[in-house]
Amino acid sequence: MIPISYYLMVSAILFIIGAIGVLLRRNALIVLMSLELMLNAVNLSFVAYARLLNDMGGHVFVFLSITVAAAEAAVGLAIILAIYRAKQTIDVDHLSLMRY
Amino acid sequence: MDGTDLLQGTAALVPHLTVITTGLVILVLDLFLTSRSRYMNEVVGLIGLVLAFALALGQAGDPRLLFSEMAIADNLAVFFHALFVLIAILTLLMSASYIRRENIVAGEYYALVLFATSGFMFVASAADLVTLFIAIETLSISTYILAGLHQDEQRSQEAAFKYFILGAFSSAILLYGIATVYGAQGHTSLVKLAEALGENDIPTMLIVGMGLIIVGLGFKVAVVPFHMWVPDVYDGAPTAITAFMSAGPKAAAFAAFLRVFFQGFASPALAQNWIPIFVVLAALTMILGNVVAITQESIKRMLAYSSIAHAGYAFVALVTLDQLGAASVLYYLVAYALMSLGAFGVLTTVAKRGERHYTFGDYAGLSSTNPLLAALMALFMFALAGFPPTSGFAGKFYIFSAAVQKGHYVLALIGVLTSVISVVYYARVVMMMYMREPDLSSSGPYVSATTGTLLGVTAAGTLFLGVFPGSVLRLAEYSVNLLFAS
Repeated sequence: MIPISYYLMVSAILFIIGAIGVLLRRNALIVLMSLELMLNAVNLSFVAYARLLNDMGGHVFVFLSITVAAAEAAVGLAIILAIYRAKQTIDVDHLSLMRY
Repeated sequence: MDGTDLLQGTAALVPHLTVITTGLVILVLDLFLTSRSRYMNEVVGLIGLVLAFALALGQAGDPRLLFSEMAIADNLAVFFHALFVLIAILTLLMSASYIRRENIVAGEYYALVLFATSGFMFVASAADLVTLFIAIETLSISTYILAGLHQDEQRSQEAAFKYFILGAFSSAILLYGIATVYGAQGHTSLVKLAEALGENDIPTMLIVGMGLIIVGLGFKVAVVPFHMWVPDVYDGAPTAITAFMSAGPKAAAFAAFLRVFFQGFASPALAQNWIPIFVVLAALTMILGNVVAITQESIKRMLAYSSIAHAGYAFVALVTLDQLGAASVLYYLVAYALMSLGAFGVLTTVAKRGERHYTFGDYAGLSSTNPLLAALMALFMFALAGFPPTSGFAGKFYIFSAAVQKGHYVLALIGVLTSVISVVYYARVVMMMYMREPDLSSSGPYVSATTGTLLGVTAAGTLFLGVFPGSVLRLAEYSVNLLFAS
């Protein structure tokens, strides 16, 4: 058997990679992908804990979390599309109308 | 689990369901409306909200757990439901003329405001971290869209994007915190968390999870150092939505803090871990919010930083973990919602179609162009600064007395000093209105009937709460009884 701690470590690494992606990437779509990566890392963590504790709550929560992530992705894409229509770019560095 | 459990649960959630149903009705109704009958959206929304208010008040009574201990119906929830529905009603009043003027699509706007309100209400009724997360996501996603609904303004889309990215980021952190708490405890129920953590020593994972939850919820409340999104988002969003965002999600996030930390993590062994963190967060927020607000040239951004500062004041009451602290938070949220909605309401009248009109100079001489409006704005500015006899003074008084009672003298001192600093930028607005010559080339601000009603209600509320604070405070104390009963 694979120790549960391996799953938790993978989840933590994925979460950190996603967080770095959100903070450092310039393309808005890549930022959105990194956000999804963060949410899915947490889903992996939930499933691992649910297996460890032999409890169904974690598995069920993953369903709810996936649904919420899907809704969030839809809204995020709509916002990016609105920006693209107005500015013809999705480079986040160009979103600087409000600076200070 | 048989049918009666489901029936009892649904009966207690009727206010939430009313708000959601009204939102859905508006979405469908909007398909059949013409531009002349567009006002029906607003009317249906208001009717639904008034009904929800009455139903929410009818839920008062003994606390009962619903839906297999995932939701709770108690007086605290009733207080928050009444507040959220009131905020929604006032936002609808403010929006009526604003969205017509700014060419914003009416149907989705009202529906989203109602869905966000239902999200707030579910946060207040949450007895489990799962319910809390879903409710926070509901309100967040609705607000992301609302911030970007001003199609003619590029700032609005930029604000929506920034809000979305940072909001989703913080939601992911919150979710990770919930996962860690789940792993440490074996369940996500706040009620069981409170019961189980009597004397045993605390697993480290639980503290890590608690820290992540503080970060996630801290973004929503906008305490420093998680406040970076507030100025840009409040500046870019449509003004009526900025008003809604400054009152609603903030109150909902404080409801989340109360449920999670005053009910879930309330045991003394755990509390000694999170109270010092809260003290530092509150101090930083008060200092930074007030100091940076002085430098702002745009009144909308100034109000955004002031909203950060006010979140700091309310946060001071959260370190006390006693009844006066919780009651003073509730009182402050009501007072701040009224003051903030009023101030932003004045902003919507002074700004004109397409032109931003948010600099201090645009308020020059308002006392001669429209003396009543200037007087109301002066009232809101003094209330936000904390002058008696307004509700702002009473709110700060209760919060700082709660802090002093528990021995947090430094925090109360910082609060008082930063309140004095805040007078600098609030008085700037009053000075502009009363001691400068007006720009007579442009026409004066136009105050529609609905906006006038909003301004009247918020001004009356601010004064009433300031002169007679006892009524609402007693109500608040009664509401938080549950948290400290046993």
